[in-house]
Amino acid sequence: MAKQSAMRYTRTKGDKVFDVVNGVLITIFTLIVLYPLIFVINASFSDPTRIYEVPLLLWPRGFNWRGYTEILKDKDILIGFKNAVVYTALGTVINLVVTTLGAYPLSRKELKGKGFFTLFFTVTMFFSGGLIPTYLVNQQLGIINTIWVMILPGALGVYNMILMRTYFQQNIPNELVESAYIDGANDMQLLWKVVLPLSTPIIAVMAMFYGVGRWNDYFNAMIYLQDRSKFPLQLILREILIQGKFGDSANQTLQGSAQAELMMIKLTLKYSVVIISSLPVLLFYPVVAKYFEKGILVGAIKG
Amino acid sequence: MTKSRWKYFKQHKWLYLMLAVPIIFVLIWNYWPMYGVVIAFKDYSPAFGILGSPWVGLKHFKRFFHSYFFGNVMINTLRVSIYSLLVSIPLPIILALMFNEIRIKWFKSTAQTISYIPNFISVVVIVGMINFFFGTQNGAINTLLSAVGLKQIDFLGSPAWFPHLYVWSGIWQGVGWGTLIYTAAMSGIPQDQYEAAYLEGATRLQCIKNITIPAIMPTIVISAILATGGIMAVGFDKTYLLQNASNLSTSEVLSTYTYKVGIINGEYSFSAAVGLFNNIINFIMLFVVNKFAQKVGETSLW
Repeated sequence: MAKQSAMRYTRTKGDKVFDVVNGVLITIFTLIVLYPLIFVINASFSDPTRIYEVPLLLWPRGFNWRGYTEILKDKDILIGFKNAVVYTALGTVINLVVTTLGAYPLSRKELKGKGFFTLFFTVTMFFSGGLIPTYLVNQQLGIINTIWVMILPGALGVYNMILMRTYFQQNIPNELVESAYIDGANDMQLLWKVVLPLSTPIIAVMAMFYGVGRWNDYFNAMIYLQDRSKFPLQLILREILIQGKFGDSANQTLQGSAQAELMMIKLTLKYSVVIISSLPVLLFYPVVAKYFEKGILVGAIKG
Repeated sequence: MTKSRWKYFKQHKWLYLMLAVPIIFVLIWNYWPMYGVVIAFKDYSPAFGILGSPWVGLKHFKRFFHSYFFGNVMINTLRVSIYSLLVSIPLPIILALMFNEIRIKWFKSTAQTISYIPNFISVVVIVGMINFFFGTQNGAINTLLSAVGLKQIDFLGSPAWFPHLYVWSGIWQGVGWGTLIYTAAMSGIPQDQYEAAYLEGATRLQCIKNITIPAIMPTIVISAILATGGIMAVGFDKTYLLQNASNLSTSEVLSTYTYKVGIINGEYSFSAAVGLFNNIINFIMLFVVNKFAQKVGETSLW
């Protein structure tokens, strides 16, 4: 980070060429990353008949909101959105609690058998029962097709727990802990009153990781949920975007111009639903982005 | 002695009580399924349960190895994963080196922040976007091809295009995020090394080659080992969504096959055997690559 400011040397011609080439390549790369997103935003505000008038859309053509207003009328999307919010909120809270309860003890030198416990957790990063045995466990627990199967499995990400542990080890001053012990605090109070208030960056980053994972997941919903009323947004999205179904269109019998109009709505809706579904994550992203480097980078290397 | 131990426990009981929570979760959802793997060696039927179902030895494995799909699924899995490894290991390193050389601070942080964004987009949306761009009806690329007078290409329905779509959409999504770990490693390099090198007249490329790359080498090795350990783990999520009847001859990989046989056809034992085979190969790869890294350099996982 400090490289730029500390550097005071005369740039040679070769250096200048290097900088220009590098700058141009990075700019092209950034545009490639951004363009698909810009395209979808533009398309979502466009008149569906005009999206493909020009091959690559640079701004909306024939501005219209239709896709967005249709979303508000689509029951499947609304319910899916609500379900996704519930699963993500509850799931992420559980993730954070379970991860913290693992990371904190493992960060304390007072814990005995730390090597064993660490091994106990990390083994699961390399060995897993696989799809079917996991399915059978959930079946045995009787949580299939309930909200619980969307929330309880996957409560602990071992890699995340290790990142958090490392963060605690490196960022909580030991004197603070010692003096709290001397004052008679137990570990629960210590965690709550001393450690967590000092750990905003890692908590923010963990919340982002877990939250995004929950919000974006369709696989668990696909295998474990049968009732449409419980489907999260991503499953509905899959029907709309990939299987080409149009939400709860009970309008199969439409004919002629109504049919054509439905097709058009369907086309815009595809773009606007992508925006709506990605919006919560993208709004949250800048808030957390500034913590990425601080919060996890340290942990990532040493962990 | 026992008294002090009791005192220790009394003072620190919360450490163990806290730890019990994640342990319970891991026992239920990680270790219990590992035990459940035994059904790969049994003829599992829900009526008898895991314990009561009869042992059948390696029957399911033999059936898988001799099945018509085996060769095809294995080749597809390896094709996609090796292709993916070859591209997804070096590209984030190159990008991170390029980021690291940017002198203008705001430009650097803007480019980095933008590059991370796709990582947070859901796989359903990614595949949706692949459809927007590569579809035959109204696909942006095909519209472009027609506009310049070229023939349209059925990207989505073509077995030959599937690996490219899979790998490069993965790069689009993950390359920026992949730089993070290297950026972190680079931020730990002492600046005076560069300054000394510049004073001696080293060019930028020489500095990258002689200072930056050696400094991030351990990180590169660890990431490469971990990535190779997942060689058979071609992600189910995206593959399944990109799959269709026309590209099945290259897009059917182990994970999608396990899902179809297991969950859809309900052949639990057979599917568990395929899954276990998958895991074993992964572990062997991890072990072999780690050994190799130990031999060649000093860095390794364990």
